[in-house]
Amino acid sequence: MMMQAARRRWMGVLARADADAIAARLAEAPALPRHVRLRGPETGLVMTRGRQGGDGAPFNLGEMTVTRCSVRLADGPVGHAYVAGRDARQAELAAVIDAALQDPARHKALLAVVIEPLAEAQAARAAREAAKAAATRVEFFTMATMR
Amino acid sequence: MAYVAVKGGERAIEAAHAWLAEERRGDPALPELSLAQIEAQLGLAVDRVMAEGACHDRGLAALAIKQARGDLIEAAFLLRAYRTTLPRFGASLPVETEAMRVRRRISATYKELPGGQVLGPTFDYTHRLLDFALAAEGGVPASAPEAPAGELSMPRVTGLLAQEGLMAPEQPSEAEPRDLTREPLDFPAERPLRLQALARGDEGFLLSLGYSTQRGYGNAHPFVGEIRMGAVMVEFEPPELGFPIDLGEITVTECQMVNQFAGSKTEPPQFTRGYGLVFGQGERKAMTMALVDRALRAAELGEPVEAPAQDQEFVLYHCDNVEATGFVEHLKLPHYVDFQSELEKIRLLRREAGGE
Repeated sequence: MMMQAARRRWMGVLARADADAIAARLAEAPALPRHVRLRGPETGLVMTRGRQGGDGAPFNLGEMTVTRCSVRLADGPVGHAYVAGRDARQAELAAVIDAALQDPARHKALLAVVIEPLAEAQAARAAREAAKAAATRVEFFTMATMR
Repeated sequence: MAYVAVKGGERAIEAAHAWLAEERRGDPALPELSLAQIEAQLGLAVDRVMAEGACHDRGLAALAIKQARGDLIEAAFLLRAYRTTLPRFGASLPVETEAMRVRRRISATYKELPGGQVLGPTFDYTHRLLDFALAAEGGVPASAPEAPAGELSMPRVTGLLAQEGLMAPEQPSEAEPRDLTREPLDFPAERPLRLQALARGDEGFLLSLGYSTQRGYGNAHPFVGEIRMGAVMVEFEPPELGFPIDLGEITVTECQMVNQFAGSKTEPPQFTRGYGLVFGQGERKAMTMALVDRALRAAELGEPVEAPAQDQEFVLYHCDNVEATGFVEHLKLPHYVDFQSELEKIRLLRREAGGE
């Protein structure tokens, strides 16, 4: 379960990072063995769903493009990736890193050199956006004192 | 003879398409528009094409807009056509809009509410005066101000009303929704199917219908309980993994319209909701979808079905601009034989009318 939560996290981080950013981080990490493609990378669609009223029965909102890839590293582990959009290179890099992260010998270094910096950059972007949103928050000072 | 005409038609079509390509490019002395420019600077057009094309992909929508020379219905058509070439991997888990990373969130029913009113990047309160500074080009605007965001939760306004028992709750359900892209519409259409049709429906058509409900064709008394726009995570469970994973984030706009409901034999008087959810930043569309969703619930809530916006067949059969375009524009195709028979009939009728 711990493993599954950790894996969901790194897959989410890789899904949000573009191929160049992933490749740049990977270049700093210990070299990975060769991999073979088991499937893809291939682009397809996932039907995105919402809920009626926001919290009721599901409905089909519309499709989104998703690219998936599955690979096997030369020394064993299989990795998968499903990422929003059509970037085959991103999906393949994400699958390779997913495979390598499951290998205890590589896990720690890859997490520190690839996943954490990407996660930090994503958190910083989100924080910047949240700060811009916060600057447009309406303050009802006058209204509050009038009441 | 017929064969010669076909050859002639082919050459004419080729020439017409060559001219179209030239017109699309415009004056070659001007720099060509890039997809990145369309995506970044015509972002709301991109969002509309994704919503009505029923396919979320900003790059493909930008390409469709470029190819369609800015004709957004043509662009939605191109996107719909392209999606049929891709395999379907499956369906996502329903997106959690309550957990949205909010860029905008307003309520017209509560002045102060948990999480506050956040205006976001809105046209509201602009003066709608043409800004000639934009015509001058070359300017990069100063970065928008930032303020400490803090830890904020933004509970739904409908949830606040539901806590008091004043809002009809949605029934919890994980029922597999029917899919318009896989099976034809039939009536009565259940609400999830209607919402799918409205989400991809034409904004202009739905706007007019929503407006008609406000003007008395459908007896609506709506309030904007809440509009929120921002990024939601999309989760998908690949069969080979057996647990849901995060595909990334998409921007959506959600509108909860709060409406009076007088009550019925089985239900006390309470508020009911109309719901709108669309890809991208599409506030007008989300609002209008919520108005029409509520109007279409008339039968379910025991209200009289009298107005166009309450009529499922009328709304759902006509809200799709790609279908509507297909049937309207097919009138341009050769109808020579049909028309020949009409001509003969009219001539006959005239002879009979004049001759007797």
